[in-house]
Amino acid sequence: MKLSSLRLSCAFGVLMFASAPALAQEITVVCDDLGFGCNTIQPVADKFMEENPGKTVNLEIVPYQSMVESLPVQLASGEGPDAAIVTDLGGLSRYYLDLTPYVDPATFNENFEQTLQWLRGGDAESTAINGMPTSLTVNGGYVNLTLFEQAGVEVPPEGATWQEWAAATREVAEATGTEFAMEMDRSGHRFASLAISHGAELVSEDGKPVVDDGLRAAIEQFVEWHQDGTMPMDLWGAVGGATHRELFSDFLNANTVLYFGGSWTLSQMDQEVGDLFDWKVIPAPCGPSSCTVMPGGGALVAFQHTDQPELVGAFINYLAQPENLSQVLAAAVEIPAASTLIESGIEYPGASERTQEALATFIAQIPKMAPAAYRFQGWRYQRAMMNALTTRISQVLNGELDVDGALERIEQDVNLAIEAAEAQ
Amino acid sequence: MSASLRIARATGAVASLPARAIEPLMAGLQKAIGIKKMPWFFLLPNLLAVILFSLLPVFVNIFYSFTGSDRLYPSQRPFIGTYNYETLLDCGNYLDPSTCSRDLFWRALGNSLVFVPTQVAAMIGIALLTAICLNGNIRGRGFFRGVFFFPVMLSPVVVALTWQWILQRTGVLNGILTNLGFEPVNWLVYANSAFFWSVFVTVWAHMGFYTIILLAGLQAIPRDVYEAAKMDSASHWRAFTRITLPLLKPVLLVVFILAVIRSVQTFDELYVLTGGGPGSATLLMVQYIYEIGFAVQPRNFGLAAAASLLLGIVLLIFTLVQLRISRGSSNG
Amino acid sequence: MADLSLASSTGGVRNMLLGRRGRGRLHISDVLTYGYLLLGVLVMFAPVIWVVLSSFKTSAALQEFPPTLLPYSTEQVVVEGYEGTLPLFDVITESGDVVQLAQIRRVGLNAQMVDPTDPEAGRIVVPVANATPVREIHFAVENYVQLLASSGSEIWRFVFNSLFITVAATIITLIMNSMAAFALSKYRFRGDSLALVAILSTLMIPATVVLVPTYLIVAQLGLVNNLWGVILPTVATPTGVFLLRQYMLTIPDELIEAARMDHASEWRIFWRIILPLSSPALAVVAIFSILSRWNDFLLPLVVLNRREVFTLQLALASYQDENVVRYEQLLAMTTLTALPLAFAFIFLQRYITSGIASTGIK
Repeated sequence: MKLSSLRLSCAFGVLMFASAPALAQEITVVCDDLGFGCNTIQPVADKFMEENPGKTVNLEIVPYQSMVESLPVQLASGEGPDAAIVTDLGGLSRYYLDLTPYVDPATFNENFEQTLQWLRGGDAESTAINGMPTSLTVNGGYVNLTLFEQAGVEVPPEGATWQEWAAATREVAEATGTEFAMEMDRSGHRFASLAISHGAELVSEDGKPVVDDGLRAAIEQFVEWHQDGTMPMDLWGAVGGATHRELFSDFLNANTVLYFGGSWTLSQMDQEVGDLFDWKVIPAPCGPSSCTVMPGGGALVAFQHTDQPELVGAFINYLAQPENLSQVLAAAVEIPAASTLIESGIEYPGASERTQEALATFIAQIPKMAPAAYRFQGWRYQRAMMNALTTRISQVLNGELDVDGALERIEQDVNLAIEAAEAQ
Repeated sequence: MSASLRIARATGAVASLPARAIEPLMAGLQKAIGIKKMPWFFLLPNLLAVILFSLLPVFVNIFYSFTGSDRLYPSQRPFIGTYNYETLLDCGNYLDPSTCSRDLFWRALGNSLVFVPTQVAAMIGIALLTAICLNGNIRGRGFFRGVFFFPVMLSPVVVALTWQWILQRTGVLNGILTNLGFEPVNWLVYANSAFFWSVFVTVWAHMGFYTIILLAGLQAIPRDVYEAAKMDSASHWRAFTRITLPLLKPVLLVVFILAVIRSVQTFDELYVLTGGGPGSATLLMVQYIYEIGFAVQPRNFGLAAAASLLLGIVLLIFTLVQLRISRGSSNG
Repeated sequence: MADLSLASSTGGVRNMLLGRRGRGRLHISDVLTYGYLLLGVLVMFAPVIWVVLSSFKTSAALQEFPPTLLPYSTEQVVVEGYEGTLPLFDVITESGDVVQLAQIRRVGLNAQMVDPTDPEAGRIVVPVANATPVREIHFAVENYVQLLASSGSEIWRFVFNSLFITVAATIITLIMNSMAAFALSKYRFRGDSLALVAILSTLMIPATVVLVPTYLIVAQLGLVNNLWGVILPTVATPTGVFLLRQYMLTIPDELIEAARMDHASEWRIFWRIILPLSSPALAVVAIFSILSRWNDFLLPLVVLNRREVFTLQLALASYQDENVVRYEQLLAMTTLTALPLAFAFIFLQRYITSGIASTGIK
């Protein structure tokens, strides 16, 4: 019985597979299942299929690691899905399908001006619409207000510098017996926020790595914080290479006064902190150069090898309609990338008041972001730079390199990566 | 015991069914190609798979190592000569990695040269001690053997995540230390303790496998040899060094070769546990190759391939020496 | 435990080293042996049990330090006049008594509480420092429920895929490897050492290093998103050939000569004589193959990109993202994926025992 039903479903599967090219109206979109992903898009996809009978959009949930490591190899060998939500916006640009014929270019250009640039991989002349930016993520610090209150320390106001935040959180940590004052994800992306606010350019206009005094100041400051115990060694000190590491649990357990992470942990805050302590998201701490944090985010892109460019284009255009986009964003509790939605604001019916407030703070940081932050985010070799940053800074923290050596190595690492990738 | 024998017999009976059908076919084949060609027939399936999925990739890798760009198809990759090898070998002073153009390659090589002997020695020592204990007349041998073998079944990622929870600052080990009144230690922050735990965790995860092989070897040693030794009133230690070790030598050699090869290939556990850190204290060769060739964009297949070939040459020399020893011992 | 060792009346290191049954009193070396083995049990098993116990913790409980052995959560009570349930706390009052109160909400250092037995009495303001949550053991089965619910019927597909890959690859590996090992151990022919070196040299190739070219070949064969694309590249394990060949070398050639006298075909010699005699080595190779295929991650990650061909290990990886790891689900999935192996092991261990015992007699 079971066997026969299995066989039947197999036969059915073969039949489906065989008849698919005849119908020829089916696309596969891969995404992960967190935030703006397959789960939150599904209702919109269902609506799309209802309105367009005979057309099928398959949403495939795959692990994030598969997106990062496997998708580029598939694309390079001419395989892969019709479309995907990617986060390495610039690195994959050579595979993107230009959506200009299928969408309303004026709306897209107006709505996603900055992010569309990221999708062009640093090609300044291109006017291609390489995809639809889904949501923005914003780096930022979370502080434990309860600890501040207990220590009787004033929370630094908007415009406070990194140094002022470090001093204040250190004071709080000392007064309350909290283990650490500040923590930061072990991620080159998070560190770039600190570096750019200290004046680092990171990448020049013509796409070359820049190692300047701003970067040096940021690294020196960062190392000092690790040496004087402001920051724990657990993250940047304990791990090597390109490995990403986060310890947000330290903030959830009130082991650190300030945690520098990003907007994606907001939903976790609501579930797990509850009313254990008061917290808020702080405005971007300032450096000598600017008060900036790094933007990030994903984009829904179509790939050139698809057999169904019209259908992919139509689906992306459908999803880009403000009402559909805000439906997905509200479900995902994420920040819109579309400028009209930022202006009009989105209602997040599921989120608590505190989360709404935090989202508002994150959104308020977007206009303050330095041009260098946007340029770095859209750079094709951003990942090479971020990897060099984590690897080399960790080596400095463990005494394998000095700051000068690290700066030299960072520049060399990125140049070698560019040279190898562009060898002719 | 009898139940398991019955299972074994039943399995044998089932397995013999297709065999009966195949036998006449094979006899016919033997007549057709002659007995001289039969070994090639036995060899062929495995050899083809090896050529297609192991040797061919190596040749593709060799090609990659002489070409540039991040393109996947060999035909799209421009030829750059020995450039990759030159950057890898470009060093001011080979004993000081920081004078090398690719410093992390040399750090990884240095770490591997310390890690492999340490880990293999610890692995075989502990596995042998455990096998000897299990070979004694003890109660619950099956249970103990199962316990020692259990971690072998866990996937490397699980092993690493488990130990990361145990070892982190807020992990259970520090929880126990705190309860006992000790200061918690941040185990993975210091180069030496991180290195120690890297060895420990990899031994923990794999020793069960070697214990089982060694135990099989111990049990294959005929008892009457010891009876004779007892007559000579040889001391326990002498019995061990004069009888057990020599008779165990072939098995020990197998274990040694496997342990060395797997030790050199250590990757998954440490990648998740330490990521090669702190700094680059536990960065081993395979992780270095994986990171530059696969995990980090833009992927530098060429450099990764060159590094892996240099590693391969070192290993090849090692294996040839081992094979010679192995041949010597099986003849003698 | 002492009872146990007394009953066994072993002879300690002498027997340990000599590998034979002794008739003596309880000896210091017995204590050492059992001490070592029990320490081994603790070191080997405690982490595994820790994982299993942790998989029953809520994600909040997982974040605690110092961690508790058993999964706890705060006890919840229903109080008249309040919506839902409220967490229960032990509160030290100003007079020093301990009373149980339910917390309504917490604001900074103070919490508003209510007496669950007497809600009419109104709200009480309590400093947070004086309140500790009342905790009860709570197995968060919801981790598993959620896991099974979110993957729906898919999880059986993952199990099937993993099983199919493991079984097919292991059977093919055993047959192919033993055939090759037979050829390389019992025949002398032109090119035999070349073939041996060719196969054994691949021992040294870490799969990680040739991942990209292997993918390229699999793609050229049209096996992307096909379970055979993961099976075929892994079947020619050099370790298997190596182990089996080493083992077959110890089988006396006279057996083969005698069989040839009886006009047995070469295949018959292989199948009827060599294979049965090699069963201990085959068992080891089988275990090796089962474990590696079941736990394979990188090759499936690259080759299999559709959920219908996902393995359990790939599904496990879905609970991590660049910025977030959902530990509670990850742990539950970990326990679930290790479970089939535990059962396989219980079965195989018996088989190996008999296999090893039979070689011991020879």
